[in-house]
Amino acid sequence: MSTRLTVPISEKDIRALHIGDQVLLSGVIFTGRDAAHKYMVETFIKGKCPSGERVLYDVLKAGLRGGVIYHCGPVVRKREDGEYQFVAAGPTTSIREEPYQGAVIEHFGLRGVIGKGGMSEKTLAACQKHGAVYLHAIGGAATLIAESVKQVVAVHKLDFGVPEAFWQIRVEDFPCVVTMDSHGQSLHEKIEADSKRKLAALLGQ
Amino acid sequence: MPDITERVVELIKSASTDLSPDVEQALLAAKTAEAAGSAAEGALQTVLENVRMSRTTGRPICQDTGTPIFYVWNPEGVSQRELLKQIRAAVRIATERAYLRPNAVAALSGKNSGDNTGIDFPTVHFEEWGHDYIQVGLLLKGGGSENCGAQYSIPSPEFEASRDLKGVRKAVLDAAHKAQGFGCSPGVLGVGVGGDRVTSMLKAKEQLFRPLADTNASPELDALEKQLQREINELGIGPMGFGGKTTVLGVKIGELHRVPASFFVSIAYMCWADRRKVMTIKEGNVALLAAR
Repeated sequence: MSTRLTVPISEKDIRALHIGDQVLLSGVIFTGRDAAHKYMVETFIKGKCPSGERVLYDVLKAGLRGGVIYHCGPVVRKREDGEYQFVAAGPTTSIREEPYQGAVIEHFGLRGVIGKGGMSEKTLAACQKHGAVYLHAIGGAATLIAESVKQVVAVHKLDFGVPEAFWQIRVEDFPCVVTMDSHGQSLHEKIEADSKRKLAALLGQ
Repeated sequence: MPDITERVVELIKSASTDLSPDVEQALLAAKTAEAAGSAAEGALQTVLENVRMSRTTGRPICQDTGTPIFYVWNPEGVSQRELLKQIRAAVRIATERAYLRPNAVAALSGKNSGDNTGIDFPTVHFEEWGHDYIQVGLLLKGGGSENCGAQYSIPSPEFEASRDLKGVRKAVLDAAHKAQGFGCSPGVLGVGVGGDRVTSMLKAKEQLFRPLADTNASPELDALEKQLQREINELGIGPMGFGGKTTVLGVKIGELHRVPASFFVSIAYMCWADRRKVMTIKEGNVALLAAR
């Protein structure tokens, strides 16, 4: 029942998705939450990218074109062989990135954003205009999602702290649901409106 | 004076990594009820797989291990100050062993204490009882679901409702609608009716310790609990807010006396990762219970 997607994702594959569709995502993606989004917008999109930040900018530009950002502050363990391992990696609430997300989608050519709780009009408009979707992960499923992280490729900006750094990770069959598509539809708006009508009926209004 | 530190570490591990059977059964029933191939069914499938994995690997079910809320019942003559010290020590050990994520941050600076202890953190409620053994209940309550809690003062200009069962029903339905899937549905609603702003919410949280399949001692509240569970599920919000048949696994209501001027209805939202366990410690023998 699920659509399999692999990064980098084409615009055609994204346009074929609709709200309610289940997706199994594979490939190399990046985690990024509050500090990462603020940094991308201030340093690269509004700012002039100082020379010290150029290396990371190139990594992000290459990795995010057709790519995916995951709103997640993981629990990470350093193994005895020095490699990092994801221990718990559930989604965090996405709406905090609403001020930044549309600009990041446009600038880097993102095809997907994974998180929890959905986002608002600016992001929905950017998804429609640039061909991207919002993918809802299963809140609380921290162990299962950590198991789908097969490799930590690299970590950038670890000085932001473990939860806030950019973790470049290879995932396999990461389960999510399209709740905002590239056709202007939001499952969150639809469910809110439907349940509001049913509530009014129950209360006899 | 007994030392229950290691026992409490076990209790924390059990609550964090081993979901209670009644909750798991309810999630399984909810999955079976959803349409085959739907996003709701898929979400519950993922949730159930995650529950099994956490139990096998001894890892937290959810990375947000929340606020540890303890309820302690002690026999006469056992020092609550000593028990509090032991519980705080147990929380530090459980954090070191990664059963808990360091979750205590200073309210204003945001600085993380690193070991889950801080000002009134963890929360510990004490009550002396007539038995000769200690009982400790623990609720791990994540932030996402706590943010979906609500309190209604009835009636108020913002919320017109009557001071009776009808008014309680309206408040709980309203809170469930506002919560949508944001509290990681399907969850459990604890409801406190009466009291003041503090005791009303405390009563709501205490309801979360009740087994999902129990019966309320008050026939009229029992009827309302079952009616509300059915009606909230009719809203169609579903698992994670994806749409579907199960939005709550249960509604539990407790009543307490109030002053004539006030009528509070408080709602505590607990996510599907309904982490609550109770332990009895009797002469070194330990029993772990799913609920009380």
